Amino acid sequence: MTSTSQEWKFTTKEIAEKPDLFLSGHRACAGCGPATVLRLIMKATRGPTIVTEATGCMEVVSSIYPYTSWAVPWLHTAFETAAANASGIEAALKVMRKKGRVKDEHVDIIALAGDGGTYDIGLQALSGAVERGHDFLFILYDNEGYMNTGIQRSGGTPMGAATTTTPAGSVIPGKLEAKKPIAEIMLAHEMEYVATASAYYWRDLLTKVRKGLEVEGPAFLHVFAPCPRGWRSDPAKTMEYSKLAVESCVFPVWEAVNGKRQLSTPSKLIALAPQKKKPVNDYMKGQGRFRHLFTPQNQKVLDEIQRLTDERWEQLLKKCEPV
Amino acid sequence: MKKVGKQEMMALNGDEAVAYAAKQSDVDVVAAYPITPQTIIVERFSEYVANGEVQTEFVCTESEHSALTACLAASATGARTFTASASAGLALMHEMLFVTSGCRAPVVMAIANRALSAPLNIHGDQSDSMAQRDSGWVQIYVENTQEAYDSIIQAFRIAEDVGVSLPVIVGLDGFTLSHTLENVKVLPDDVVLKFVGVRPLPNVLTHEGKSVPFKLDPENPMTMGPIALTNYYFEFKRQQEEAMKNALEKIQEINKEFAKMTGRGYGDGLVEPYQLDDAEVAVVCVGSTSGTLKTIVDELRQEGVKAGLLRLRTFRPLPVEALRSALQSVKAVAVMDKSLSFGANGGAVYHEVRHALYDNKVHPTIVNYIYGLGGRDSSTSELRRVYEDLLRMLKTGSVEKPVHYLGLRE
Amino acid sequence: MSREKSWKEIAPAGVCSKSSVGFMTGDWKTYMPIRDLEKCTLCLTCVMFCPDGAIRWRAELGKIEFDFSFCKGCGICANECPTKAIKMSLEQE
Repeated sequence: MTSTSQEWKFTTKEIAEKPDLFLSGHRACAGCGPATVLRLIMKATRGPTIVTEATGCMEVVSSIYPYTSWAVPWLHTAFETAAANASGIEAALKVMRKKGRVKDEHVDIIALAGDGGTYDIGLQALSGAVERGHDFLFILYDNEGYMNTGIQRSGGTPMGAATTTTPAGSVIPGKLEAKKPIAEIMLAHEMEYVATASAYYWRDLLTKVRKGLEVEGPAFLHVFAPCPRGWRSDPAKTMEYSKLAVESCVFPVWEAVNGKRQLSTPSKLIALAPQKKKPVNDYMKGQGRFRHLFTPQNQKVLDEIQRLTDERWEQLLKKCEPV
Repeated sequence: MKKVGKQEMMALNGDEAVAYAAKQSDVDVVAAYPITPQTIIVERFSEYVANGEVQTEFVCTESEHSALTACLAASATGARTFTASASAGLALMHEMLFVTSGCRAPVVMAIANRALSAPLNIHGDQSDSMAQRDSGWVQIYVENTQEAYDSIIQAFRIAEDVGVSLPVIVGLDGFTLSHTLENVKVLPDDVVLKFVGVRPLPNVLTHEGKSVPFKLDPENPMTMGPIALTNYYFEFKRQQEEAMKNALEKIQEINKEFAKMTGRGYGDGLVEPYQLDDAEVAVVCVGSTSGTLKTIVDELRQEGVKAGLLRLRTFRPLPVEALRSALQSVKAVAVMDKSLSFGANGGAVYHEVRHALYDNKVHPTIVNYIYGLGGRDSSTSELRRVYEDLLRMLKTGSVEKPVHYLGLRE
Repeated sequence: MSREKSWKEIAPAGVCSKSSVGFMTGDWKTYMPIRDLEKCTLCLTCVMFCPDGAIRWRAELGKIEFDFSFCKGCGICANECPTKAIKMSLEQE
């Protein structure tokens, strides 16, 4: 790590007492995964922070003029621009600090985007900003679809999922392509810190946000964030699905510091005790977007999903430091 | 502003003049992407950065879209920003042009005017920035590299004026100006610095109930770029229109101030009339071709023809009053367009000049000459023929045809 | 209901003028969480997981406070409570 990383220690009560910087009164759906993710992320800030966000669910629900749910400076410009915004903000602060026009203090910059603004339309700006080495933390809240515009498929939508542009039809059973391995792509950029996290494991999430902020340069955090509306799942089970995704290895949690990858505790436990690994069906069966797969003619899709999950999990184990 | 003493003469092409002006203007952030014929601007500027001659963060973005976005975000953080583009690069920025204006970010952008694809063409015409005339940017077009230098410096003052707070495009014809070496009188560094000053920030009321400077600042959090629904969006757009109105005044003011300081004024800043007082026939032109036309006007005047020229310097905001009064006694007007608005019976400048003159009691004959598309050169004899056409139309009393294509192989 | 502002009165560029804590989303809910305080161990899991920040730890009072003016009735708190101290019930008047 760039700075001497004394791992940030915190108690539940300390976090609970910290005032929310992502405020109540936002218009997210009941049970929204990304909303919890955002609340938690903002608990891990360490000082002056500026947030810039791409168009998407969290941007829209938190900034309906004249209301704002942001207690920190916040900028939104367009859909593909979270990382480009961060580049501009970082460059401006750097030079204005030199010229004595702003306080000589470090300001953390967080670029926030959904899977739309990261995997697809936002990928160019993200890749460019990382290559240029800007000091910012890019956090992807992944609800696996373009949810704000009506649940259309994205590069982050998993295989088999029904979305409004990959509906479960009589000929084509949902999205056929696998989920783009975005964290692998970002890892290939040779960044100092790339990690994945899931909201259920909130301590792990907070630790990773803080680590990402501490990097002097770009860092990337991929956070799993279930969407009950888009996934047709029970809003009460949003955190449960965040847990099941990790337990079934659909969404393993890990972190890579300077390319050295380690499984994080929740996934490590499964690597150590493979009998604890849950079948993907356990994760998928309560979600309406996968319901059409639980029919005889689509059994092969379920099989393929299990196979792909297992394959990616095995590959990940090989790439990680031994447990 | 007192008149500046000695002004050094430098041989600069249009791009170099622009880069030099930006260098002297204490720009904080330049985020840019290269595209012919603007490349020399970014290359020259990066040399300044590499040699420590400027205190500017230079961000080589991965596309023009990100270039303008980074400038916008930097501007939102309180920085003075500059960028440059042309043609397809400007087209790629299209979405963000509207956003930049909507966010009231005073970004200054030089456009080395170049034709749009398809087919691909790297040469000069004005279709790129003409196509962005609805985006809420001030647009100033220059006649020569001296004016390019002068206008970039002025642009920072126009854009950053608290009553304007709009981004500004300075257009210079691709290759004709961008790559042509001319004599440019440059101002001393300290004079430019004093003229542009430090960027002023308007105060805004935030959700914390405080009235604070308009910038992203952890001391005074504010939310910029929200979603405004049907009950608010319209009001924000009206504000931008009001800003354009203020720009009309500000451009004239700055032109006057600059003229007093340097001895160089460009008409009233909005339009530059040339031998127009008693002109019977006149041409309205945007950009460098005005220079050639001035020579032709002189020639015609020698021959006893009452010819004149109106150079339209500021295209946005459209100086309706200035156009109206400048052309009110002209009998026949030819409007030159170095771009074409397909399916609209002529080019943008033609449409807007006609619109400006419609409320006059007497209407002159107004015709349109589309010329120079894709960098096609117009010879002096071709341009002279425009005046000859006007004289003939006056004599015969018939318009022949409203839209002509100068230099097109029919 | 105050009159909405004219174009001359609002801040340019859409700088938001109100905090969302002035916008009560509590009337969205159909079900509301009911707590059995005897079962509650103050683990604060519900405080962490509430998407709306409607469950707060009031350190000075040593209590967990449910803010029903923001609670949307999603039921995450009830689903995740390790001691099943929260039950969702149809909202009463």
